[in-house]
Amino acid sequence: MTAPQRVSYRLESTLESVNKAEEMTDQIASQAGFDEDTRGGIAMAVREGMINAVLHGNAYDPAKRVNLTFETGKELIVTIADEGKGFVPEEVPDPLAPENLLKESGRGIFLMRTFMDEVRFRKLNSGTEITLIKRLQNNDLGRQEAST
Amino acid sequence: MSMKASTRQVDGVTIVDLSGRITLGEGSVVLRDTVKDLLGKGQKKILLNLGDVSYIDSSGIGELVSAFTSVRNQGGELKLLHLTKKVHDLLQITKLYTVFDVKDDEAAAIGAFSK
Repeated sequence: MTAPQRVSYRLESTLESVNKAEEMTDQIASQAGFDEDTRGGIAMAVREGMINAVLHGNAYDPAKRVNLTFETGKELIVTIADEGKGFVPEEVPDPLAPENLLKESGRGIFLMRTFMDEVRFRKLNSGTEITLIKRLQNNDLGRQEAST
Repeated sequence: MSMKASTRQVDGVTIVDLSGRITLGEGSVVLRDTVKDLLGKGQKKILLNLGDVSYIDSSGIGELVSAFTSVRNQGGELKLLHLTKKVHDLLQITKLYTVFDVKDDEAAAIGAFSK
């Protein structure tokens, strides 16, 4: 098994950062041993977390940054921290409720929860930190060993 | 990363062939502008061909919903054609699969529009 690794990035509040984070996630999840389908879901969760940070948190403010961290080992832990005004995730309406199905927004957190094993939100002094966790299954661990 | 949209007319239905990614930014804007332009010209029977759309994020889903409601609010119809597995799964997960009228065959889809 590969040794646990941690890597951090400080990104600008731009759409390019969202795309870059998604690409990096796919690469890191691949190296960690996740299969293609699972990687796609993880990359989408990170994309949605980054959109949350860049668009809703930092509101594209050039003075504000997003801290993105990946930790790999038996699980992949991704943290995304913005410098925005913060929000209460419980107040986001359920996008699957019939009255909300035709709303144009509000599906990001739901998608993160769909594709990850665990999603946590933490209020920072300034901003919000989202932690996304995906655990490797036994067959993924085999793939990880095979690639090392 | 970008998205392309081209339109063609078949039996009074406007087919929009989309390719690329419908995501926050350019992809969503292309879809929004295309549908807005068609509605402005009075073309209210719209079939979105998503066969070459590889990926949609929450913003893209929002744009599809917006297109659907805009067309419907103007008395028109919008249907979806040729969903890739990824897009199909995403619409299932978000419970939108049954909201949209989704078709697998172009001729059948055109025939399904009201005359």
